[in-house]
Amino acid sequence: MSNWVKAMALSSALVACGAMAGSTDVDAIAGIGREATPNEIKAWDIDVRPDFQGLPPGQGSVEEGESIWLEKCAVCHGDFGDSNEIFSPLVLGNITAEDIETGRVASLTDPGVVRTTLMKVSTVSTLWDYIYRAMPWNAPKSLAPDEVYALVAYLLQLAYVVDYDFSLSDENIEDVQAIMPNRNGVTTDHGLWSVDGETDVMGSDCTSNCVVPLEVTSSIPDYAMNAHGNLKDQMRDYGPFPGIQTAPENAPVDVDVDPVTADRAVPEAALQSNGCLGCHRLDSKLVGPSFAAIAEKYAGQPDAADYLASKIRQGGSGVWGSIAMPPMPQLAPEAVDEITDWLVAR
Amino acid sequence: MSTDNKFSMGHIRPAPESFLDRDLIADVSANGVNSTRRGLLRGALAGALAAVAAQATARPDDPAIVEPAPWSTRLGNPVLTNPYGQPSRFESATIRRQSPGLTQTDEASVSFTPLQSTFGMITPSGLHFERHHQGWVDIDPRQHRLMINGLVDTPMVFTMEDLMRMPSVSRMHFIECGANTALEWGNSAVPTVQYTHGMLSCSEFTGVPLSLLLERAGFDLKRATVLLAEGADGSSMTRTINIENALDDAMVAYGMNGEMLRPEQGYPLRLVVPGAQGVSWVKWLRRIEVGDAPYATKDETIHYVDLMPDGQLRQYTSIQEAKSVITSPSGGQRLMNQGYYNVSGLAWSGRGTVTKVEVSTDGGRHWQTARLEGPVLPKALTRFNFDWTWNGEAALLQSRVTDSTGYIQPSKPELKAVRGTRSIYHNNAIQTWRVMPSGEVENVQLG
Ligand code: HEC
Ligand code: HEC
Repeated sequence: MSNWVKAMALSSALVACGAMAGSTDVDAIAGIGREATPNEIKAWDIDVRPDFQGLPPGQGSVEEGESIWLEKCAVCHGDFGDSNEIFSPLVLGNITAEDIETGRVASLTDPGVVRTTLMKVSTVSTLWDYIYRAMPWNAPKSLAPDEVYALVAYLLQLAYVVDYDFSLSDENIEDVQAIMPNRNGVTTDHGLWSVDGETDVMGSDCTSNCVVPLEVTSSIPDYAMNAHGNLKDQMRDYGPFPGIQTAPENAPVDVDVDPVTADRAVPEAALQSNGCLGCHRLDSKLVGPSFAAIAEKYAGQPDAADYLASKIRQGGSGVWGSIAMPPMPQLAPEAVDEITDWLVAR
Repeated sequence: MSTDNKFSMGHIRPAPESFLDRDLIADVSANGVNSTRRGLLRGALAGALAAVAAQATARPDDPAIVEPAPWSTRLGNPVLTNPYGQPSRFESATIRRQSPGLTQTDEASVSFTPLQSTFGMITPSGLHFERHHQGWVDIDPRQHRLMINGLVDTPMVFTMEDLMRMPSVSRMHFIECGANTALEWGNSAVPTVQYTHGMLSCSEFTGVPLSLLLERAGFDLKRATVLLAEGADGSSMTRTINIENALDDAMVAYGMNGEMLRPEQGYPLRLVVPGAQGVSWVKWLRRIEVGDAPYATKDETIHYVDLMPDGQLRQYTSIQEAKSVITSPSGGQRLMNQGYYNVSGLAWSGRGTVTKVEVSTDGGRHWQTARLEGPVLPKALTRFNFDWTWNGEAALLQSRVTDSTGYIQPSKPELKAVRGTRSIYHNNAIQTWRVMPSGEVENVQLG
């Protein structure tokens, strides 16, 4: 019996004691809180378990998934889910027919192979649940169940689990679970689930003349000492333990004058409520260029405000790279004006 | 007699500054020690040691004492200059920091607590580490709700008013990300304790015992084996919680260190699951579902799974086993002279209380017991201190904790022998700091 199963069996017994031990009588708080309505529960109880409890009915094909993917997901994850720009690759094409047969992704033992999402995930419900609740990253909970079925189907096809003509539904999702490449690759046989679990590693209690390796096998090379910035500036400079100077001396001081924020108040509310900050930052590149870089590029151009306003509404790619900004026709004209005025004001 | 012994450790030896050329002091404090300055310093120190007795009487007056200081000769600032108080302007080095290149974005990312600069067992709320998956949000408490559903008689909704009206408890607990020290499985990768161990904080949390809320909803004692906790932010973070442990000491917390939670820590409501890794302490908590089977959510199936050498992923690895680290002196710092140092650090265990911390200065060949500073509380950080007189030679500093279950913190080789080097999570091995003869301290691994 695994520790997990043991812990589970045990818990039912202990639950009874735990509940009794509460020092306040629950009757004392009987009037506090109210019953949830069925609609409220429906709105929030969106989780899907490995046994598919909670899965809404629906279906979606790989082909449909591909077009939703290109519109809503590819910008961050790449056309084939292989991008490492915004997050680690979801799939890289290193799952074999044999993995699908055994239910163990063999390349997980190969340190040279990047561990992708599809190599690790053992339960298809996990993908469904997560995409429905949290993706797209900048607009979570905006997908309909059928779109989620289609997107999961597309990801499974990229991982060679299903064919291009496949359509995923609540009816056949169990069959897909039976061929998930890493379905047998997880274990709960360990002591870390419960506070009372048993450990698998124990240190030594030796206190003198202990036989231990004393050779320094790893340290941070000199050239990397400044990779986290000048350590001198990260320690209190007057105590017993000041920091080591790791930056080259007399390095030019980085004066961080932001041309955008320096001149005018940032229209934070407009940028925030319209989701711009999911892809843009003020002074560094994210999915799209930084607003500082945009302001600089169009500085002094008479038609910049009109151009930027229409680009923000219509979206498109090619000016800053191959990644496209999605069209946002729904934006309030005042919000677009406020943002473009701010961008061109210098 | 006893005082003599105490002070013979080098305590009253004149500060090395007294023997250094004024220009060199200014240069060192402005620019740190480089190899040229290090040479000069070493020479000066050698001279200094020989000259201790002679110089002690001929010492020049300290201008900090004999010159009137501006703060002693002026009217100070009025009350409410800062309605919400701020640290001194001289403390600007003590801030959270990111590890460059660790994550691709700043919203699915981490900022680390500056453990090298904090004291005692409590982490100031503004220095509490951050780990978000989809950015942080600042929720209007009047709009926030907690739902309890699943295997219950009555699915319930609570407002903040409801929760803050209920019987409350206050307890101090550590919270550590399961991925703390993840970068150090293979090699020494990051230079300071902020980056090696800084996904660690300890606070006093105030809230309602979770067991009471579950009773209020009338949960199904016979069938319930797990809970699902869910957040209200964009990621709606979900995690399966061990109900047995939750009934014991978990709480739904709104208070932290005497004030409301900070937004970055889940304002206005977060789950506190003592002993479990940080990701289980779901922030912006909006829902708890009582269930009879685990949920295999994204952050317990694709991440927060520990890869073992045989390619198996350990799932539902929640507990943070006992761990300790010396926070000063630590990587990136330097000792200015030989003599007495208070070696200080933190120890903790997700399974109980810290019963002993030992310190070694020779890489683990010999160990001596450190002093534990009270209070020593279950599943909380415990501060330890250790007297050390540095003789100017290279040293390898380590600490090793024992907890109330008898568990002893393993060395890196001991941990790696079982778990390999690719598990990412739950690296609780002994940390080694090497003190160089120059006084510089660096992060090393022994093998
Ligand atoms: C704006 C950028 C962005 C967009 C657009 C986006 N994602 Fe993501 N996605 C992310 C980030 C960042 C993460 C990691 C979140 C975290 O750390 O928890 C992620 C995580 C995921 C994961 C889990 C991967 C893992 O290993 O944890 C899946 C699956 C996923 N996204 C699918 C999608 C789908 C499907 C879409 C389109 C509907 C989409 N994403 C759109 C940025 C994006
Ligand atoms: C899903 C990601 C995404 C979102 C959301 C987004 N952008 Fe963009 N944005 C981009 C990308 C990618 C580019 C670069 C396009 C190109 O190269 O032509 C861009 C470019 C721009 C530009 C420069 C256009 C040019 O041609 O030089 C502006 C201005 C801009 N965005 C404003 C906004 C505003 C305002 C919002 C919110 C209303 C917003 N963006 C939302 C991804 C996004």
